[in-house]
Amino acid sequence: MKETLKDAKEYWRWQEYHRVLPDKSWKSKDTITAGVDVGSVGSKAAIMVDGEMYAWAITRTGSNSPDSAKKVMAMVLDGTGLQQSDIKYTVGTGYGRVNVPMANKAITEIACHAKGANYIWGPKVRTILDVGGQDIKAIHCDETGRVTSFLMNDKCAAGTGRGMEVFADLLQIPIEDIGKVSLSIDEEPPPVSCTCVAFAKTEAIGLLRKGWTKEKVLAAYTRAMAIRMANLINRVGLEKEFVVTGGQSKNMGIVSRVENILGVKTLPSPNWRDGGLDPMVAGATGAALFANALYQKSQGT
Amino acid sequence: MITHYGYIDGSGEFYIIIDSDKCNSCGECVKQCPQNALEMVTEFIDLEDKTVVAVTEQHRKKIKYTCSQCKPEENKTPCILACKQSAIQCVWKPQ
Repeated sequence: MKETLKDAKEYWRWQEYHRVLPDKSWKSKDTITAGVDVGSVGSKAAIMVDGEMYAWAITRTGSNSPDSAKKVMAMVLDGTGLQQSDIKYTVGTGYGRVNVPMANKAITEIACHAKGANYIWGPKVRTILDVGGQDIKAIHCDETGRVTSFLMNDKCAAGTGRGMEVFADLLQIPIEDIGKVSLSIDEEPPPVSCTCVAFAKTEAIGLLRKGWTKEKVLAAYTRAMAIRMANLINRVGLEKEFVVTGGQSKNMGIVSRVENILGVKTLPSPNWRDGGLDPMVAGATGAALFANALYQKSQGT
Repeated sequence: MITHYGYIDGSGEFYIIIDSDKCNSCGECVKQCPQNALEMVTEFIDLEDKTVVAVTEQHRKKIKYTCSQCKPEENKTPCILACKQSAIQCVWKPQ
């Protein structure tokens, strides 16, 4: 029994990490600001020095928003030599934004994601698909990162990161391999009819019993999610300068299917494993930028 | 900023669309809504806080039922007629 428990793998578990950009540093006269994005599944924090990215961290959101905010803040400060008191202004965002104890202001994640995507990919970005842990947002913005139109589907968790975690667990595929596995099929199966997370297990088990491989089940579910996302994007207006943010930006199975359905390629993402900015931190990045702007404004500059 | 409140599901497409750049914070639509589905909220635009109309949280996920009695498919709901700025619109496509 002990052996079984020890061997039990948490397939849904994704990588929590923190990073300090090696070629950046801070001096005491610099304006240091922070953004904390407490999402439904992941908590992200970013620190900026004079409006330039310096460090960030990603961790799992616990059951308590203030604690998650404190935890991710401690993670991001680790190795920077900075103290909480060195941070001039902090903006909270995400589901738990009103529960970020160190925040000077709360701003919706919509505004922060657009601002963050504008920073990560540059002013050419117009259409943003944010696939979070519990909702999907389609955002259209201008060259300054100001939101012009947006739509959020939080009616159900279908097609979200949480849904993918459920599938990773059910099919016993590590979450970070799920995109690759969903693409390892000879022919794309028809999408599943029901993307509901609560019923997905029932439907998936039914398909497995019918003799479908787990790759095929995963492909059918991923395809159904991608169709839903494409519908949302078409409603806010698709432009070819298109990016995906949030945890599912790392799921190639989702990204490539959305690209196929829409007939548009996403702008190339920086490689977060290789020192580049992380599209999952777009919300916290935008929040830290707003923090910098609001601090400058409060100083009358 | 144009916000789409509502959803697409198996039964169709249902959105109340609010353009907060056009909204002048008068609150007339809030008074006219027979379902009390609208409220004034603070939105962060261009580093300023602005008071604009929004669909209440409680109605966002059941907008199909909340708004159907006002005949949104004709785009002549009390909220739309009340808005002198033309800041409100509906997209109503039941399947």
